[in-house]
Amino acid sequence: MIYSVFGYYSLIIGLIIGLSLFYFSYKNFNNSSILDTKILSFTFLQFFFVVISFLCLIFSFVVSDFSNETVFNNSHTTKPLFYKISGTWGNHEGSLLLWLLVLTLFVLLFLVRTKNQPVKYKILTLVFQQIIIVGFFLFLILTSNPFNYIFPIPTEGLGLNPILQDPALAIHPPILYLGYVGSSIIFSSVLAATSLKIISTNWAVHIKKWILISWIFLTLGILLGSIWAYYELGWGGFWFWDPVENVSLMPWLALTTLLHCILVLEKKSILTSWVIILSIATFTLSMCGTFLVRSGILNSVHTFANDPERGLFILIFLFILIFLSILIFFFFHKDNYRKSYNFFWLSKETSILINNWFMMYFLSVVLIGTVYPIFLDVISSQKISVGPPFYHKLMIPFLIPFLIMMAIGPKLKWIKSQLEDKIYLISFLIISILLAYLILKNFNQNILINTILISSALYLFFITLRDFFVKKYKNISQNIAHFGFSLLILSILFNNIFASEIITNLKVGETFENSKTKIVFESVDQKKEKNYNAIIANFSISNLNGEEDIFSPELRIYNQPVIATSEADIKTTLMSDKFIVINLVQNQDFFNVRYQVKPFMLWIWLSVILISFGGIVSFLQKRS
Amino acid sequence: MKKKILPFSVIIIFGIIFFIFYKGLEDSKIYTPDVNTKKEIPVFNTKEFFSGENVKSSSIFELDKVYLLNIWSSWCVPCRQEHPLLMNLNLENKLNIIGMNYKDNLKNAENFLKELGNPYKEIFIDLDGTIAIEWGAYGVPESFLIYKNEIIKKYIGPLNQQLIDEMSLLIK
Amino acid sequence: MKILRFVLVIFLLFSLGNLNAKESNKLNEITKNLRCLICQGQSVYDSDSEFANSIKIIIDKKLDDGLSEDEIYEYFKKKYGEWILYDPALNKNTYILWLLPLLIFLFGGAIIFKKLIKK
Repeated sequence: MIYSVFGYYSLIIGLIIGLSLFYFSYKNFNNSSILDTKILSFTFLQFFFVVISFLCLIFSFVVSDFSNETVFNNSHTTKPLFYKISGTWGNHEGSLLLWLLVLTLFVLLFLVRTKNQPVKYKILTLVFQQIIIVGFFLFLILTSNPFNYIFPIPTEGLGLNPILQDPALAIHPPILYLGYVGSSIIFSSVLAATSLKIISTNWAVHIKKWILISWIFLTLGILLGSIWAYYELGWGGFWFWDPVENVSLMPWLALTTLLHCILVLEKKSILTSWVIILSIATFTLSMCGTFLVRSGILNSVHTFANDPERGLFILIFLFILIFLSILIFFFFHKDNYRKSYNFFWLSKETSILINNWFMMYFLSVVLIGTVYPIFLDVISSQKISVGPPFYHKLMIPFLIPFLIMMAIGPKLKWIKSQLEDKIYLISFLIISILLAYLILKNFNQNILINTILISSALYLFFITLRDFFVKKYKNISQNIAHFGFSLLILSILFNNIFASEIITNLKVGETFENSKTKIVFESVDQKKEKNYNAIIANFSISNLNGEEDIFSPELRIYNQPVIATSEADIKTTLMSDKFIVINLVQNQDFFNVRYQVKPFMLWIWLSVILISFGGIVSFLQKRS
Repeated sequence: MKKKILPFSVIIIFGIIFFIFYKGLEDSKIYTPDVNTKKEIPVFNTKEFFSGENVKSSSIFELDKVYLLNIWSSWCVPCRQEHPLLMNLNLENKLNIIGMNYKDNLKNAENFLKELGNPYKEIFIDLDGTIAIEWGAYGVPESFLIYKNEIIKKYIGPLNQQLIDEMSLLIK
Repeated sequence: MKILRFVLVIFLLFSLGNLNAKESNKLNEITKNLRCLICQGQSVYDSDSEFANSIKIIIDKKLDDGLSEDEIYEYFKKKYGEWILYDPALNKNTYILWLLPLLIFLFGGAIIFKKLIKK
């Protein structure tokens, strides 16, 4: 009760501070020798009040204060403390408060950490960021107040969706948002820099760190979501090309492109327009994602509470930001790159251009695939689905040259270069092709496209691997990330090609046996937990080599709300995952059992961690 | 001149995108298959509910009568809700109600009918849900209005009085 | 060092021999491309709803009857509309969907090419 009041008024104060910051910025902007300390302290205060508000919401959840509508809708007294806390951002209102928290955090950090940049630029960045912040304050207060009061006070809450009661998903939103919302500061600063016409190598060096932060968190955030999907949704898949997943992938693609493009700007002071467009696109895509997810305009596995009114608010706000950036771009930005700049076909800048070209293509595939059904429905009321086959068909062929470029590109020098060590580049290629052919031949999976794909991924793998030993750590971060990417593609490919699966129906005591695997359904137990009851099925599964594993997948019936879920039992080893799930079949006394062996599963996660580790190394590197 | 075309076209493109998203917000995104187009009824073989004898679809539906095929199951909660409506509809005697028992335990189904009454002229069973798919159904309950071996209209989910009134209009 | 890695990789791959790689059957492939009408974000393969289970039985039957993959897709399309297919066919509704990304790719290529030949 008291927390709700505090929380709500903190939000109002935060909004007022936001508005007053416009005034201070205006005053300071006109005589801008030094940054007004008022601005700094007010920005801090704003962050402080959002933190207070956020803490109030957390406390409301912890003490199960059901006079708060958000708590009532998303919590229950029997929930473990951990999920009471994570329930705070597991819902629409709370997650928007988290948005706001990250927005204010980043602008504060930006003001504190930015040195050697013009004061006017800092102020203007603050102004643009405050436009976003004020917009979200209004959104929160007007359409999705997390502190709504209900009377009479219910004695019990409705509970948290059981599929959200999971450790990976509990930390997924904060991590993802740091990346997602963190890109707002790139957006604000690029608009400021464009208005002041200070986009230069100096600016590129400064903004690169912020790009890296967003990128690292976004990468890890997507990873966590994917891991969660792997064991909680569906049967052993980790990426479904579901709209909600695509929506997180799009800013990542834009951000990755930007990260490469900023390198050119950093060195050569060219491609300024392109950097501006990419920076704007990244945050716009993040916002667009929030719109698509929160408005319910898309049909997805990931269920979120939807409300058209909220959708409309974000939509209008999103397009205000888009039109604002278009105006600033066309009004202020004069492409003053030296018209005579020559791109030599074999040079680092050309290779980065080619990277950008492919990344933009991948982005356009994901974007068009995600929104096209909406467009078609509106224009001709035809309903279609765009799923994995579409993305695979359009992306996989393009991945091949992309991987090869990833191996060769970093070897090139700026301006003009020649391919050194041609012999080893070519010999590695031949080795990769041979190896890929041998591997697939051995498993009777000799499909041409797979051979080529694996060859190119192996090629990148070997080239980057060699560079760890040859190069004197000149560009270790890039090498780690590219190496990680090759590992990722290889793991995904092997995971797909060599996965095996058994689907069968078994009663207790029955045995399934084929030439390679023997599954014995030993027994069924029951378990009672605080927030669910479970049926535990015990299996022992042995393979040809006589190795035997005991598995106990569960069927859980959560009490608040009453939802049945099936929990997979997964045995992870370095080389493969063994994955089993059971399901009840209506009116039958057997269970539907699915057993999968998925090789290299762990490596998919590890390689993504490696990729983001590359980012971390780059972030920590001192500029020489 | 050329310099102005670009900004304008960009703004117009985003304007159109805005408009489409705005329009897209209005309707629900839950997909339901088309319910109005006429389709021939499928051909299938199955078993009669009480006797367990084999029946062919052609022997169930006659050309000159109006039928309502209702997919139901004893474990389906909305079926319980709509059942009294079916009982009333049967009393009115305007059409023949055919039941399709979906993925059910026959004992439970019989008890269900004993408890709530049997509005069906004939019932056949669909043990594994495959006949329902032949009909283009995807859940329980669903109902099909049939005349001259054609599906005239499909009702997804439980029937209510309003739909039944609408049905009477259609029959005329 | 390099050679060691090679050997290691090859060894690891071969140690996977106990996986039955051949068991990738057609049923899974088809169900992955069908969208479930009950849990509308999932494929029939991933879903465990009653509807999805029945669809699996039907596909199994159809495959036994010797129907091709395309014929099975056509069958479901007739019953439930195009929406059920995850892989939209190229027709007048989907020209933009399939071709726009490729056009963007060509357009991007043209821009880069122009930059390269500019003197």
